Amino acid sequence: MRITVNVNGEDHTREVEARHLLVRFLRDDLELTGTHWGCDTSNCGTCVVLMDGEPVKSCTVLAAMAEGHETRTVEGLADGDRLDPVQQGFIEEHGLQCGFCTPGMMLSGRALLDRNPDPSEDEVREAISGQLCRCTGYLNIVKAIRWAAAHESAGREEAGSQA
Amino acid sequence: MTTVEEPAGPAGPAAEERPIGFGRMKRKEDPRFVRGKGRYVDDVKLPGMLHGAVLRSPFAHARIVSIDTSAAEAHPKVKAVITGETLAGLGLAWMPTLSMDTQAVLATDKVRFQGQEVAFVVAEDHYAARDAIELIDVDYEPLDPVVDARRALDPAAPVIRDDLEGRTDNHIFDWEAGDRAATEEVFSRADVVVEQTMLYPRVHPAPLETCGAVASMDPVDGKLTLWTTTQAPHAHRTLYAMVAGLPEHKIRVISPDIGGGFGNKVGIYPGYVCAVVGSIVTGKPVKWVEDRSENLMSTSFARDYHMNGQIAATRDGRILGVRVKVLADHGAFNSTAQPTKYPAGFFHIFTGSYDIEAAHCEVTGVYTNKAPGGVAYACSFRVTEAVYLIERMVDCLAAELGADPADLRMRNLLQPEQFPYQNKTGWEYDSGDYPACLRKAMDLAGYEELRREQAEKRERGELMGIGLSFFTETVGAGPRKHMDILGLGMADGCELRVHPTGKAVVRLSVQTQGQGHETTFAQIVAEELGIPPEDIDVVHGDTDQTPFGLGTYGSRSTPVSGAAAALVARKVRDKARIIAGAMLEVSPDDLEWTKGRWSVKGDPAMTRTIQEIALAAHGALELPEGVEGHLEATTVYNPPNLTYPFGAYICVVDVDPGTGAVKVRRFIAVDDCGTRINPMIIEGQVHGGLADGVGMALMEFIGFDEDGNCLSGSFMDYLLPTALEVPAWELGHTVTPSPHHPIGAKGIGESATVGSPPAVVNAVLDAIGVRHADMPLTPGRVWQAMRHGQVEAPQ
Ligand code: FES
Ligand code: FES
Repeated sequence: MRITVNVNGEDHTREVEARHLLVRFLRDDLELTGTHWGCDTSNCGTCVVLMDGEPVKSCTVLAAMAEGHETRTVEGLADGDRLDPVQQGFIEEHGLQCGFCTPGMMLSGRALLDRNPDPSEDEVREAISGQLCRCTGYLNIVKAIRWAAAHESAGREEAGSQA
Repeated sequence: MTTVEEPAGPAGPAAEERPIGFGRMKRKEDPRFVRGKGRYVDDVKLPGMLHGAVLRSPFAHARIVSIDTSAAEAHPKVKAVITGETLAGLGLAWMPTLSMDTQAVLATDKVRFQGQEVAFVVAEDHYAARDAIELIDVDYEPLDPVVDARRALDPAAPVIRDDLEGRTDNHIFDWEAGDRAATEEVFSRADVVVEQTMLYPRVHPAPLETCGAVASMDPVDGKLTLWTTTQAPHAHRTLYAMVAGLPEHKIRVISPDIGGGFGNKVGIYPGYVCAVVGSIVTGKPVKWVEDRSENLMSTSFARDYHMNGQIAATRDGRILGVRVKVLADHGAFNSTAQPTKYPAGFFHIFTGSYDIEAAHCEVTGVYTNKAPGGVAYACSFRVTEAVYLIERMVDCLAAELGADPADLRMRNLLQPEQFPYQNKTGWEYDSGDYPACLRKAMDLAGYEELRREQAEKRERGELMGIGLSFFTETVGAGPRKHMDILGLGMADGCELRVHPTGKAVVRLSVQTQGQGHETTFAQIVAEELGIPPEDIDVVHGDTDQTPFGLGTYGSRSTPVSGAAAALVARKVRDKARIIAGAMLEVSPDDLEWTKGRWSVKGDPAMTRTIQEIALAAHGALELPEGVEGHLEATTVYNPPNLTYPFGAYICVVDVDPGTGAVKVRRFIAVDDCGTRINPMIIEGQVHGGLADGVGMALMEFIGFDEDGNCLSGSFMDYLLPTALEVPAWELGHTVTPSPHHPIGAKGIGESATVGSPPAVVNAVLDAIGVRHADMPLTPGRVWQAMRHGQVEAPQ
């Protein structure tokens, strides 16, 4: 079947099998390999992308189901050379080691901050609790997302005072 | 790092001191990972690439009567179907394991564990390959399996390895260490002897990236390029040369970014070999990446040690001796990765951190109808099992004596003046101040206050537990005289080249799986040469570009390769001194080194920076007789001894009396890894290991039913901790440099995985007042232990 999927602001049209998963569509057809996969049971969350701003596990979505939605992957997080604060937070707080869970974690962090600009530690833990990280023991991921929250709010205050 | 951008917000990262050498520094590898530009094996895509899938056995033990591949071969997208018979024709049906056993690549005679590799399909795409394995018809004749290791040596037990000539039982090895007679003697005069049987259950490293490979055999020049998930690219290359009879210079193993290893990616798996054969047969590149079930069911598991411990002490709490009997379940093929002379790894460090008079252990290894493996999952070659044994035994002794577990440990710890310390099973511990480390952990935890809180809670019927562990690790294998894998000595090479403009490239034999080598190794060279880490490129994970060495596992990167990096930098520094002497027209003996420059003693204005020297080394300068141009060096580091990191851990838990659910409320970890290179990375390593420990203690378990069906083949059944199960770790450290390591570093990668499980278990048992219960301490098992005072070993 022929589908058109919007990813990171661009429409992509491809011929796919009906059973084609979004994660494979992103990785194999669009060569956006920043979205990973790590399980067969929708447990690991390394495949998380944003669909209309909400985190979804792209291994649990058919590529065809992404039609009519806006999908955002890790490749769409930075604005050109400017990293998203969540990406910067992961660097600052050593929120990643092997990097395999990182794209999904960052996207969930991004979605959380978009609806809750100042999450508590517990709220961050809850937000990433559908995702696994085998390397970091999570504390620095929590700190990374909160680093981003703090820097975004500092940015907003500054923008406010300038206005 | 200076190379990362400011965040979008106006408040950029605090201008932080950038170390030229050791210190907290952002990782050089992170900018690519946060952009999704990591390059993992499954990201490799080559023109014309085909896809492979493995057909696996549904039975734990069965004879293969016939395999019919005709329907699969007729699938329009299938390019090749490979069976054991195909491989046998090429002499590749069996491959050597890292423990000198053999393992079936694809089964020919029997299948010996559920999930064993039976056939391999190569097809145009991933889906077609998966579809086609379903079309293969295998006729099996089921046999009785051996599932429980304790039955493996029964005379009536079916013989699993009848492929081995003359084999009439499932016995692999017997091994002992220590002094049996001396141990019997101390036990005979002990006031108190405590005995405890315990199982360190089978668990799995489960890195989030599964194992896989892309094999590309160039039919014209006969060169095989293999992108593969390996922690030991050089050892793999040599093994492929040995297994497949390919000339070693025609094999290039590339281990690109690796999504976690933890020991899971040390061995060679049949799927890798099949991808290679698939590429040879089809003349096209072949990708094979296993799914999660395949990873959990067929690749290297860890632990599975049935242990019986006895500890002897005086009535006032002086530990006299320890003896242990172990039954080690190695699965269907003995493919544990460990130094050849150590079939039970370094288990004989079970004397732990205590000053005892005598010790003895006996280990028997057996085959069972379960997946092969054994040493994996950040265990430092069985130190995990050893630490668990002794730290549980000390708590059992404390319970028997009515002693406080912290007091009992403090009373028996080795004292700083006893180092270097010869333990009772033959290890020489290099350095340590154990009492200071334990005291620090107790202070950080507020130990005495916690005990008061616990007493109050008990009055109210609340179950709070405090658990300790004090561990001694032994890592950095190892001296080549004693340690080799398949005859390959465990020494590692390193090459350093300083370019004319003073930038440098250092090439390592070890391979990162997230440990941050691109940063720490640059820091080691920076510390020695004074070139900023940003100016040093770290090359690793490609056998065509790096010197030989045995790779990264058993916390050996910093102890072995880190030493090599420091020494190769010192060689370069020595050469720079001669060149600086020529530049300044003085004798090299008149020069002194301060970081980054050679200067004339007493005349600091007469100086040349390492960058100036590098340019001169490549320029027209007349060099002294016998000195070659350029500024580079190579080395191979053969460690004189292992290193001995240590630590004191305290875990605080609350147990729900109604459900048995355990909440880890606090975890305090004080580690001593000797000289600290990048504290940020060290802390990250500890955090990850602590989460592993909580996982093993409370959740992780690879179980089997009586037919040998694996019950933990997915992340729905094999539970890893999430952010909700682990606390905000509280870390501290002490620093006792290793006296024999060039920079005093001891390694940190596995300390926390080794040290944390007993702390968690001790805490839970302290909460519920039960002497012993085997991991995993799931709510159901804790609840049973509360009701019955014990709980059966998990199956
Ligand atoms: S791949 Fe594991 S949840 Fe999607
Ligand atoms: S950084 Fe490796 S899995 Fe999270």
